[in-house]
Amino acid sequence: MADMNRISAAQRFHAYANPARFMALSARLLAPLWGLSLLVVGAGLWFALFDSPPDYQQGETVRIMYVHVPAAWLAMFGYSVMAVASAAGLVFRHPLSDLCAKSAAPIGAAFTFLALLTGSLWGKPMWGTWWEWDARMTSVLILFFLYLGYIALWATIEEPARAARAAAVLALVGAINIPIIRYSVVWWNTLHQPASVFRMDGPTIAPAMLLPLALMGIGLTLLFVALLLVRMRAEVMRRRVRNLRLAQAASAGEA
Amino acid sequence: MMRAFLALLARDLRLAVRLGGGGGMAVFFFLVVIALLPLGIGPDRELLARVAPGMLWVALLLAALLTLDRLFQADYEDGSLDLLSMGSLPLELVVVAKALGHWLTTGLPLVVVTPLLGVLLNLPGEAYAPLILAMLIGTPALSFLGAIGAALTVGVRRGGLLASLLVLPFYVPVLIFGTGAANAASGGFSGEAGQQSLILLAAVALSSLVLGPLGGAAALRANLR
Repeated sequence: MADMNRISAAQRFHAYANPARFMALSARLLAPLWGLSLLVVGAGLWFALFDSPPDYQQGETVRIMYVHVPAAWLAMFGYSVMAVASAAGLVFRHPLSDLCAKSAAPIGAAFTFLALLTGSLWGKPMWGTWWEWDARMTSVLILFFLYLGYIALWATIEEPARAARAAAVLALVGAINIPIIRYSVVWWNTLHQPASVFRMDGPTIAPAMLLPLALMGIGLTLLFVALLLVRMRAEVMRRRVRNLRLAQAASAGEA
Repeated sequence: MMRAFLALLARDLRLAVRLGGGGGMAVFFFLVVIALLPLGIGPDRELLARVAPGMLWVALLLAALLTLDRLFQADYEDGSLDLLSMGSLPLELVVVAKALGHWLTTGLPLVVVTPLLGVLLNLPGEAYAPLILAMLIGTPALSFLGAIGAALTVGVRRGGLLASLLVLPFYVPVLIFGTGAANAASGGFSGEAGQQSLILLAAVALSSLVLGPLGGAAALRANLR
């Protein structure tokens, strides 16, 4: 009985991988997702910019953190989504998971760039330098290169099925970098400060700062998901147009 | 299976010797880049001695990258890669043979000429042994990680450039720990820092021996379908 339940659960999961059903479901999800993400990001920005205390050491520049930290989270989250979707694509051969990995890449790359940019802007007043070759920054920069390489590989191989499998292999090999980024501040004693939110012994950040940070984190994650759905829908439609064109060309060739 | 493996390796080595253009060109490129360096940053002997380990490593990485696109491309073009993928040898071992052949014909010659180029850059005497040791440990990683990039871009237009872009991020740990080993020796630190770099470099090299064949074979399967 338990086995049968598991099978039906797996079938139900696979049913969502059906592109038609995905299109119907995502169409219904998109509007609430957009609304919710804008609402939460708006509230987070309000608290971050106006209704949170300046840091006793860093002053007002600490407000950069409310963009920098969520962007860095999403940079890694985006790559994780890409890697998991790539693994699922390689194992189950679902075109939808390939599309998910492909769609996540530019969004993740954008957040990685945002994290690097805001980090640089924050580093100048705090550390006195735009850039420092410490472990955290170097590993995030490499993450950015991995994203770009992944996007370039998709762009270069013409046949979608082949591109998907090659890109999936690259994404999985590159996933090694994620734990290195996560623990770079622990393994190497560097300029970048260690994690202060996700710790075994609870966050060490002041509650008044944790609220806007959490709001921004949740809001930007919702934004990530909304953007991902939009891009996936666009990819599904692009595939359809491609198939229609191929069919058209084939029938034109026969006539 | 062992015979098929050795036959493939012997074929690659023979091709490299008789056709030329592979390892020899990489060594020449290595030499030219190192010769350009003092012209670019000025012939200050102390400055050269300080940047020598890092520059030797960077030039070596670039030289190794140059020859990557030939790793599978020629076999792909004349169809022998299809035969290899259907033969008795698992594709993983094909990648091992190919990468090993690449290391023997490109990585090893590059390491052999490094002491000569070290003289050109005024490399401090005590840095030679750790640098060469680090290169001997690290260069197989370059071939095996490079095999993934070469396999990913096999049959792709302008694949060589793309392979370089894909592979370079993975070369970063080799560069960091390889330079670290040599710098610790010439910088007068205790042997411990250098030893630690060497151990980490060996760890990277060993993981690449596993990751390269698995990733390379998966990428070849994707591209040969």
